[in-house]
Amino acid sequence: MSYDPVTLSRILTGLTLFVHIVFASLGVGVPLMIALAEWRGIQTQDPHYSLLARRWARGFVISVAVGVVTGTSIGLQLSLLWPTFMRVAGHAIALPLFMETFAFFIEAIFLGIYLYTWDRFKRPMLHLLLLIPVAIGSSASAFFITTLNAFMNTPQGFTLKNGVFTDVHPLIAMFNPATPTKVSHVLASSYTVSACLLAGIAAYSLLMGRKEAYFKKALKLTVMSAFIFALSTAIIGDFSGKFLAKYQPEKLAAAEWHFETRREAPLVFGGVLDENNKVKYGLEIPYALSILAGNKPDTKVIGLNEFPEDERPPLFIHYMFDLKVTIGILLVLIPFLYMVRRLLPGNRHGGYPKWLLLGILLLGPLAVVAIELGWLFAEFGRQPWIVRGYMKVGEAATTSNNVGSMLLLFALLYIVLCGSCVIVLARLFRSKDVVDEMRELGIEGGTVK
Amino acid sequence: MSYELVGITVLWTFLFGYLIVASVDFGAGFFSYYSVITGHENKVHSIIQRYLSPVWEVTNVFLIFFVVGLVGFFPDSAYYYGTALLIPGSLVTVLLALRGAYYAYNTYGSSKEDNKIYMAIYGATGLLIPAALSTILAISEGGIITEVNNKVHLNWGSFFSNPYTWSVIILALVSVLYISAMFLTYYADKAGDRAAFEVLRGYALWWSGPTILACVFAFFQINRQNPEHFSNMLGIAWVFILSLICYLVAVYLVWKRRNLGWTFILVMLQFGFAWYGYGHSHLPYILYKQVSIHESFTNETMAVALITVFIAGLFVLIPSLIILLRLFLFDAKYVRGSSPKKG
Repeated sequence: MSYDPVTLSRILTGLTLFVHIVFASLGVGVPLMIALAEWRGIQTQDPHYSLLARRWARGFVISVAVGVVTGTSIGLQLSLLWPTFMRVAGHAIALPLFMETFAFFIEAIFLGIYLYTWDRFKRPMLHLLLLIPVAIGSSASAFFITTLNAFMNTPQGFTLKNGVFTDVHPLIAMFNPATPTKVSHVLASSYTVSACLLAGIAAYSLLMGRKEAYFKKALKLTVMSAFIFALSTAIIGDFSGKFLAKYQPEKLAAAEWHFETRREAPLVFGGVLDENNKVKYGLEIPYALSILAGNKPDTKVIGLNEFPEDERPPLFIHYMFDLKVTIGILLVLIPFLYMVRRLLPGNRHGGYPKWLLLGILLLGPLAVVAIELGWLFAEFGRQPWIVRGYMKVGEAATTSNNVGSMLLLFALLYIVLCGSCVIVLARLFRSKDVVDEMRELGIEGGTVK
Repeated sequence: MSYELVGITVLWTFLFGYLIVASVDFGAGFFSYYSVITGHENKVHSIIQRYLSPVWEVTNVFLIFFVVGLVGFFPDSAYYYGTALLIPGSLVTVLLALRGAYYAYNTYGSSKEDNKIYMAIYGATGLLIPAALSTILAISEGGIITEVNNKVHLNWGSFFSNPYTWSVIILALVSVLYISAMFLTYYADKAGDRAAFEVLRGYALWWSGPTILACVFAFFQINRQNPEHFSNMLGIAWVFILSLICYLVAVYLVWKRRNLGWTFILVMLQFGFAWYGYGHSHLPYILYKQVSIHESFTNETMAVALITVFIAGLFVLIPSLIILLRLFLFDAKYVRGSSPKKG
């Protein structure tokens, strides 16, 4: 691998997105969780839930700040690192980019209002309503920006004439075949990762021996949400598999190391490839790939050999896919065990066994890893194309010779940002204990009921 | 009006919006830090924080909006500016990132009030970012970005040796401080905070002199850099004269401590006239002789779609901004600081 501007641009873009994706997902998911808690608080007149919403919101601002600034980075880097891509594809993709900034505007405005109007309205419901534009704004941003990514995977709505996109239909470009599955998968996984991280925090407090009802309520709300979101993410993931089989068969084939086109195709889990592209040590599940691709054991699945070698995605995406799916199963399974804990041997009283709490604590990091793997898989799976079938990555990058030093600069920036973000968040929650805050606000809740 | 003219007007207007709100923000960051190190802290600091906290994120969006809109309407500008501005663009991004993050850390995350390091980062970036961003105006006059054998270069030598580059940097620095001080004077007056008002009024008057000098200096440097642009500007000289009149009236009112609401409107008009006059005479070029609004315009379908979305977006955006302003700028109780600060 040579370190030319193209490779370096890829690394820098990848790095920025790697950091941004986590914070962006929280930006989409956490407002929903906050709204859920505040709504429960108003519905049940239980101040614990309102306090939960307040404490989440306080931490959320910190993560939003990092999300906003890394989002600004990627927004500018699109033009700085991929000027040719923007010059050519800009003719077809400007609309969702532009709409995304509007959604971002709405989110930014109402988040500012929400944070500064606790106790300012006579009716608490009015304050909760402010979260609706925040949640809509962040989900809409995710929607628009994902349609753009979907376009790069299944471009349509234009004709390429002498290197220029002509006869453009912006809406057809936006609503391309990849849009439905991609958008819903992105949204569902953002909700999942947010619920999982918040569940992890609640589990951590319980593991540390806290006994207050507050933490148990937090755990219940977050784990139940995590279950619902993770399950929907998994179901949508299955649709995505069927989408790939139909529209991007080379991505699915590379993910599954499926070389020969055939019916009754087996699914390979794990394993290694030898020099003749034969799978060794893999776990083979008969018919599973055909079922994944078309719900029937005799569905014909297109193999990688149908594609010229220089248009095949890298084969290491197989591991990303496997790992992501495995984590996805865990994300459904652990919350499920929480729900049926009363049925577990030796746990009639519905207590929280230590192993279960540890599992819930792990949900957060696992979900973050799954999100990263999912995106890495989606992006590497599109190689060597930047706009599949039209423009290769190598043709789109900047020609500048300074990408290397910028890569170092940004790597340093992200290390500093993420490090300080974690420190600030940790300090924020330690400096004001829940029980102290409940006492301050006059909420009862130092003891177990 | 042709689509491309609508497009560039929309973008120019948003850049003007950014100029005003970001100037207030950048200058406020600097004054906030300055007040802490000079001991005026208790007088002006809280009033600055009260304004900035709910709006900092919105300010950022104005810039993104402009950049995205520019490459959307005029994809060629992404090619020329994008390739040539990799280093300065990245540096600005890093500064913006540090500023945004540390502002949030200081306001929401810090256990003790006003972490000195966070505030220093905040104050310093408040001056560095406008300086760096303003250089793009110098670059847009042409001669600095060159294209040889289909490769775009930024000519650093002529960039730094160019007096016009330095004149816009100076102009950016002083006008940020001037606009910000003028706004905060008005805000302090509204809050009924006499002590803060007197300090901020001092800043505003102090920075008004350098601002007008820098304006005149930059004005004549354009002549050396780009005579064609300069003669276009002379053709609409009345706009710049109006700008000067607004400036004089604004400074006079602050001096007399009168009609401070009008003062800030006059400051906006002063910069507005200069801004649109400058922009109008720059046309049809976005980058002199390389990117013109006519040749590098996006296809017509996309232009219609973008303008439609823009109009639809305004229906949501303007009411939202009005709510924000009413809650935090025109709400006497909040401005005086008697309603709760944050969750």
